[in-house]
Amino acid sequence: MDIIWNGLWQAVHLLLTGDPEVLRVTALTLQVSGTATFISLLLGLPLGAFLALQSFPGRRVIVSLINTGMALPPVVVGLVVSLFLWRNGPFGFLRLMYTPTAMIIAQAIIATPMVTGVAMAGFQQLDSRLSRQVLALGASSWQHFLVLLREARYSVLAAVMAGLGAVISEVGASMMVGGNVQGQTRVLTTATVMEVSKGNFDVAMALSTVLLFLTYGITFLLTLAQQKRRLG
Amino acid sequence: MLKRCGLLSFVLLGFLLSTVSGCTGGQGGKVQPDQSGKTSPPGNVAVKEIILATTTSTQDSGLLDVLIPAFQQKTGYVVKTIAVGTGQALAMGQRGEADVLLVHAPEAEKAVVESGAAVNRRLVMHNDFIIVGPPQDPARIKGLTGALEAFKKIALSQAIFISRGDDSGTDKIEKGIWKKAGITPQGKWYQQAGAGMGQTLNIASEKGGYTLTDRATYLALKKNLQLDILVQGDPVLLNIYHVMEVNPARFPKVNAAGAKAFADFLVSKEGQELIGRFGVDKFGSPLFFPDAGKKDEDLGLK
Repeated sequence: MDIIWNGLWQAVHLLLTGDPEVLRVTALTLQVSGTATFISLLLGLPLGAFLALQSFPGRRVIVSLINTGMALPPVVVGLVVSLFLWRNGPFGFLRLMYTPTAMIIAQAIIATPMVTGVAMAGFQQLDSRLSRQVLALGASSWQHFLVLLREARYSVLAAVMAGLGAVISEVGASMMVGGNVQGQTRVLTTATVMEVSKGNFDVAMALSTVLLFLTYGITFLLTLAQQKRRLG
Repeated sequence: MLKRCGLLSFVLLGFLLSTVSGCTGGQGGKVQPDQSGKTSPPGNVAVKEIILATTTSTQDSGLLDVLIPAFQQKTGYVVKTIAVGTGQALAMGQRGEADVLLVHAPEAEKAVVESGAAVNRRLVMHNDFIIVGPPQDPARIKGLTGALEAFKKIALSQAIFISRGDDSGTDKIEKGIWKKAGITPQGKWYQQAGAGMGQTLNIASEKGGYTLTDRATYLALKKNLQLDILVQGDPVLLNIYHVMEVNPARFPKVNAAGAKAFADFLVSKEGQELIGRFGVDKFGSPLFFPDAGKKDEDLGLK
C-alpha cells in the first residue's frame, strides 16, 4: 500500500521539480495521443454522421465492423502496423518504424472506430426531422454536418473522450511500433511497463500517477464543455 | 449560435492545437548528437540511425545508459535501443529488422549466424547468474558450489521456484541447468512468471521462493527484496554477451556501417573500459567483466 502513497508523492515531486525525463515523456504522450485523437476525429465524426444518416446496401455490415473495431486489441493493431512498417514490409521505405509517427498511425487506427461508433450512436439519436428541416432550408452538406455536431454535442464530446482515453492509456501498440526508445518514443505507458519489469514499482506508480493526473485534467476540461447547460 | 459553442470550441481547439503543434518530431530521433566526433557518418539522416536489438535485462542493468551516449557522442550516430525478449531480438535479426544485436544466448546466437542472418559475432563481456532464495533456505542449498546439485535439492524438497518462463536468455540458461541435472521441473512448486527479471525477483521475494537471476539485476534491487545469494561461481552460471552485425549482404537495408561502428565500439579499448568500470561506484564491484579478444573456450563455453 505504501507503494501507492509513495508513488503519489514521487509523482508530485517529479512534476514540481520539473524532472526533465518525466516532462519529456509526458510531452511526447500528449503529442502522440493528441495527434492520433485529432486524426481520429477528422475521420470518425464525418464517418459516424454518414453511417448514422445514410442508408446503403451493406450498411449494417459496416456498422457491426465499426462496433467490433471499438474492441480491437491495441497490441493486435500494433502487430499488424508493424508488419506494414517493418523495413522489409510494404512501407518500410518510409522508415517509420520506432518513430512517434508510427505510434500516431497505430493509435489513430485504434481510436477511429471508437470515435465513429460513439458519434454514430449519438447522431442516430437525433430527431430525423432536424436533418430534413436543415436541408429544406438549403444547407450544404458541410453546414448540415455542423448542425448535427452541435445538436449531438454530448455524444461528440463523449466520442472525443472515448477516443483519447483509448489511446492515451494503451501500451501494446506503442511498445510494438515505438519500441520505447529513450528520448524518442518513450511515453508514459511504455515507461511504466518498463519500470514494472525492472521491479521499480515506486517509479512505475509515480509515472502512472502522472498519467492519471494528465488524463483527468484533459477529461475534466472536456466534461466541463460537454456538461455546459444549454441556454434557453 | 457560435457563442454557445464558445467554451466547447475553445477547449477543443486549444487542446488540439497545443498537441498538434508539438508534433514536429515525426521523423524519428530527437536526440541531437554532437557532430564533432571522430567518425562522422554521412549527412543523410536515415543512415545516421542504428537499430540495436538487445534484451530487457541488458537494458535494465543500466549499462547501455552509459555505453550508448558515449558512442553517440563519439560517432554522431543515433542508436535506437529496442529492448525486448531474447527470442524477439534474435527474430528481429533473422528478419533483417535490426542492424546490430547484443544478446546473451550463445546456442541460439550460433543458430542465427549459421543461418547467415548475422555476421561478425564477437565476444563482448560476461556477468554471472546466481541462485537466490529465502534466508531460511528450506532446500538447504546455501554454500553449494554446483548449480546442478542446488537445483536437484530444490526439486527434491519441492521448494517454490520462480522461473522467468519467457524464453529469455536467463530463462534458457535456467532450463538448460534443469536439463543438465536430468530433471523436468513440474508441479505446484515450479512457477513460471512470464515476466522480466525485476518482476520475477519480486515474485520470488513475495512468495519466499528460489530463482535464478543475473547478479546485476539482483544487486540493483536488493534493498527491496528478502532474498539472499545462496549459490554462485559455477561455470555453468556464466552469462556471456556477444555482439553480432545483421548481414548486409542478405539484408541490403541494414545500416552496415553503423552496425559495424557500434560493434567495434563495444570491443574497443574505450568501450571495454566503460564496461569494466560500470557499477563499481554504486555496488563496490563491477557488474560486467570485459572479454573482448578472448575466445569462447576461455570462458568455459564450447
